[in-house]
Amino acid sequence: MIVTQILLVVFFLFALIKVISRFRDGDLSKLGLILWSLFWLAAAGVVLLPNSTAYLAKLAGIGRGADLVVYVSLAAIFFIIFRLLIKIELLNKDITKLTRKIALQDKNKNLDK
Amino acid sequence: MLFVIVPAYNESKNIGRVISGLFSQGFKNIVVIDDASADNTYEEAKKAGAAVLKHEVNRGQGAALQTGNEYAMASGASFVVHFDADGQFNPADINKALAVMQEKNIDVLLGSRFLDNRSQIPWTKKHLVLPMARLINNFLTGIELTDVHNGFRILSRRALENINISQDRMAHNSEIVRQIKQKNLSYLEYPVEVTYNEYGQGVGGGLKIIWEILHGRLTR
Repeated sequence: MIVTQILLVVFFLFALIKVISRFRDGDLSKLGLILWSLFWLAAAGVVLLPNSTAYLAKLAGIGRGADLVVYVSLAAIFFIIFRLLIKIELLNKDITKLTRKIALQDKNKNLDK
Repeated sequence: MLFVIVPAYNESKNIGRVISGLFSQGFKNIVVIDDASADNTYEEAKKAGAAVLKHEVNRGQGAALQTGNEYAMASGASFVVHFDADGQFNPADINKALAVMQEKNIDVLLGSRFLDNRSQIPWTKKHLVLPMARLINNFLTGIELTDVHNGFRILSRRALENINISQDRMAHNSEIVRQIKQKNLSYLEYPVEVTYNEYGQGVGGGLKIIWEILHGRLTR
């Protein structure tokens, strides 16, 4: 258990450093920095104090805190995948539109010559 | 004005022959869409005398056909023929098909391998792959066809304006059939000859198409 805790906390700290460096590079807004930092810190907190989620779990009617974390995480992950799939599909359509437009424009340019 | 649209991807070996076959039948407006081929498809098509459009990145056969459709529409096409670049169709079929289409005033003509016995279809394809594809397609599109994945088709101007291919890859065939039904276009199946140089879509390809159809239906 202790080993797992250390590994996870180290990983979360690594993620936190990545968040900060992304912010420094200008890829992340201030709000993004705050929210992502809070997220990884909270994750570390939950790992270090496993019983901290027990209260919430009881509220939700789930036996163990760890179970609550798994359920919520899975729901969140599936939702994110759903959004990503749609996003990729839309990106594909946009790329096709651009490719088509360039093909048609290039052809017209050649005709003008 | 009739436009022959030939979507091509890595067909440098066949494209020249296909284009000269079309010219020899008297067609003047031959449009090749090079779908970002890695070989000399673009140069070969130009050398053979076709009008060539180039996709900078590979977008699939459906996307290439729609590019051709839009080019033809902007150029004042009254009919558009979709014709494969690998040389499996017979260019002599076009004029016969077109005559029937005009005589009957039909919006869309779909080629079929099964209405006469000119096409030598590999046995597993004829008795396994295509019947399965037919069943699934008839279910998904609501139109009963003898040949569901035949790339030979002729669209009238009205069909051209009403059909919009959004399925970039191989599922465009079913999409066109579905739009024929949705837009109430009149259609007709007509026998065409298909010569098999390669096997084409097998079972794996078929499964991929089903996935593309279902996946494509989820987004607008």
